[in-house]
Amino acid sequence: MLLSRRGLIGATAAAALPAVRARAQAPVLKLGVLNDMSGTYRDVSGPTSVACVRQAVEDSGAAARGLHIEVLSGDHQNKPDVGAGIARQWIDRDGVDVILDVPTSSVALAVATVAKEKNKVYINSGAGTPDLTGRQCNANTLHWSYDTYMLAASTGAATVKGGGDTWFFITADYVFGQQLQRDATTFVTRSGGRVLGAAAYPFPDTSDFSSFLLQAQASRAKVIGFANAGGDTVNCIKQAHEFGITQNGTRLAALLATLQVVHATGLETAQGLLLTESFYWDLNDRTRAFTKRVVSKSPTNYPNLEQAGAYAGALHYLKIAADMGAASAKADGAATVARMKATPFDDDAFGKGSIREDGRVMLPAFLFEVKKPSESRGEWDLYKLVATTPAEGAAPPLAEEHCPLVHT
Amino acid sequence: MWGFSRAQAAALLVMVVLVVVSPAVLYPVFLMKVLCFALFACAFNLLIGYVGLLSFGHAAFFGMGSYISAWTAKNWGLSPELAILLGGLVGMALGVIVGWLAIKRQGLYFAMITLALSQMIYFICVEAPFTGGEDGIQQVPRGRLFGFISLNPDMAMYWVTAIVFLAGFLFIHRIVHSPFGQVLKAIRENEPRAVSLGYRTNDYKLIAFVLSTFVAGIAGGTKAIVFGIATLTDVHWSMSGEVVLITLLGGLGTIFGPVVGALVVSAMENYLAQFGAWVTVTQGVIFVACVLAFRRGIVGEIGAKLRLAL
Repeated sequence: MLLSRRGLIGATAAAALPAVRARAQAPVLKLGVLNDMSGTYRDVSGPTSVACVRQAVEDSGAAARGLHIEVLSGDHQNKPDVGAGIARQWIDRDGVDVILDVPTSSVALAVATVAKEKNKVYINSGAGTPDLTGRQCNANTLHWSYDTYMLAASTGAATVKGGGDTWFFITADYVFGQQLQRDATTFVTRSGGRVLGAAAYPFPDTSDFSSFLLQAQASRAKVIGFANAGGDTVNCIKQAHEFGITQNGTRLAALLATLQVVHATGLETAQGLLLTESFYWDLNDRTRAFTKRVVSKSPTNYPNLEQAGAYAGALHYLKIAADMGAASAKADGAATVARMKATPFDDDAFGKGSIREDGRVMLPAFLFEVKKPSESRGEWDLYKLVATTPAEGAAPPLAEEHCPLVHT
Repeated sequence: MWGFSRAQAAALLVMVVLVVVSPAVLYPVFLMKVLCFALFACAFNLLIGYVGLLSFGHAAFFGMGSYISAWTAKNWGLSPELAILLGGLVGMALGVIVGWLAIKRQGLYFAMITLALSQMIYFICVEAPFTGGEDGIQQVPRGRLFGFISLNPDMAMYWVTAIVFLAGFLFIHRIVHSPFGQVLKAIRENEPRAVSLGYRTNDYKLIAFVLSTFVAGIAGGTKAIVFGIATLTDVHWSMSGEVVLITLLGGLGTIFGPVVGALVVSAMENYLAQFGAWVTVTQGVIFVACVLAFRRGIVGEIGAKLRLAL
């Protein structure tokens, strides 16, 4: 008993001591992947994002160009104070130069503040908040992959063009859900569609969506839009399937869902669902080649748009850092980000593209329909492409974003 | 002086020295977080440890203090000391309402009422426009203390946090070791007897509750200023659970217990972060080990061994 207590005290003391690392002679570029390694967003970010960043390090050929690179990983547990704390500590103590991924909007915004304060590079590909390139944009932040504006633009407008012109929303009653509904409504009406109604449910802690689904069915809308995320979306899809809502031709559209959500729900239940991503592994030869390389590092999970964004962001950064030289890339985060914005990128995940002055990476948005079980040829063969929204249509006009960087 | 026994005075001295010396060794931002949680746990311990009231909704006061400080510092440009004080006062005001309702019942019912009311406050924070929903209040400036000392350097902020913590700690210690504190302990041991001696126990409990929520609000406000953010994490019920664990781990009803508990729990959150999914597993194992091996909490066990009240 006594021994075990001593052992425990010793272990606690050892854990509290800061890790001391020897400093190498040549400057080492450190990439910190900060995401959810243990909770809800583990599958959509987590270890696969880390694998993608490691893949980017390999693909960049940085080692051949004389760069020393280290990849760190941290779990922010979806708590903003924990996330901001890790980010500060990484930068102050470990000399981290780039922070990548960072799902969960509140954590993402908190880390943006830290990156700006410490003048480091911050490449977010995990969070959906448009504020990262809007009201709270800064010169150290890039936003890859997606935001809620893009999702609403693609799912809203492209679905209406495809014939789904009357909508009913089932909305999680908090800022995120309301914002998604508002944005999607704008695009639906702008494209000539009509919103017949909406049902807001209390968030969190709603798990029975039957009354909202029946309300949606009674409205006779052609499309039911789910303005929610994560487990709520999965529950909505499953319950809609149980009610047989899709059998009379009503379409379901998830305003925020990724490959893993569909994979976990299963094709039998999710078939016909409409959703938007800016990356899908089976889009073309380059995405397939990229995915093949990543899957060797992350065999149980195919990359989605967030994880591909971490890859593309890290790759672009490493190319610029190699051009600038490691020492000057380390010295000034804002200058590195400015170079990244000025230089177009080209990678296997997203192809050619560029970054706008507010830090938004301009990517086309793809509207996908989930395949029927009979159409699927493999475990991860889940989507077929329905429509493509060009990058300009998937991003708000610069003037509407209220980004302080743009007005100066 | 101040009701310190010799052992407690020695322990206090050790703690003050550690507070002064540790930023040279450990990362100051991490230490500030520990101090904020330690203060929060001290406030919670005042109730559970000395009055025997298990409040399962203390996150509401901590979180509301954090929101109010963040909002006033950001939008009104209040100086940090005023913002923190205002956070404490709002925590206290909420404490009056919640406490007044909750102390009408005892034991589990008390815990459930505080939980229910704190969940109501959580939902208000989810919906109310001023909290910024799940994005929280971001980019809160640390500002200038008394209008002229900039708190942007981490060390300046650290000394302010340390002083707030020590002041709160001494405040709680003073309450516990005053005649008022003696009555609180009497209520903890045997409430009917305290009533029979002529004490209006409900008044005493309410005052203790309100004092505790005031300190919890101060702790939350300080955390908001340190990190520059106030978010839903701080009002979520899991924060109420965390403070229970901190206090249990450190030692219920010991003055120094919550401080040690806060250090251990924050260290786990912080230094285990790199192990990903193993964080929660390791935390669970450590908690089980502590509950099995240290029944009275870390400080309680040490005190029992040395036959001292710490």
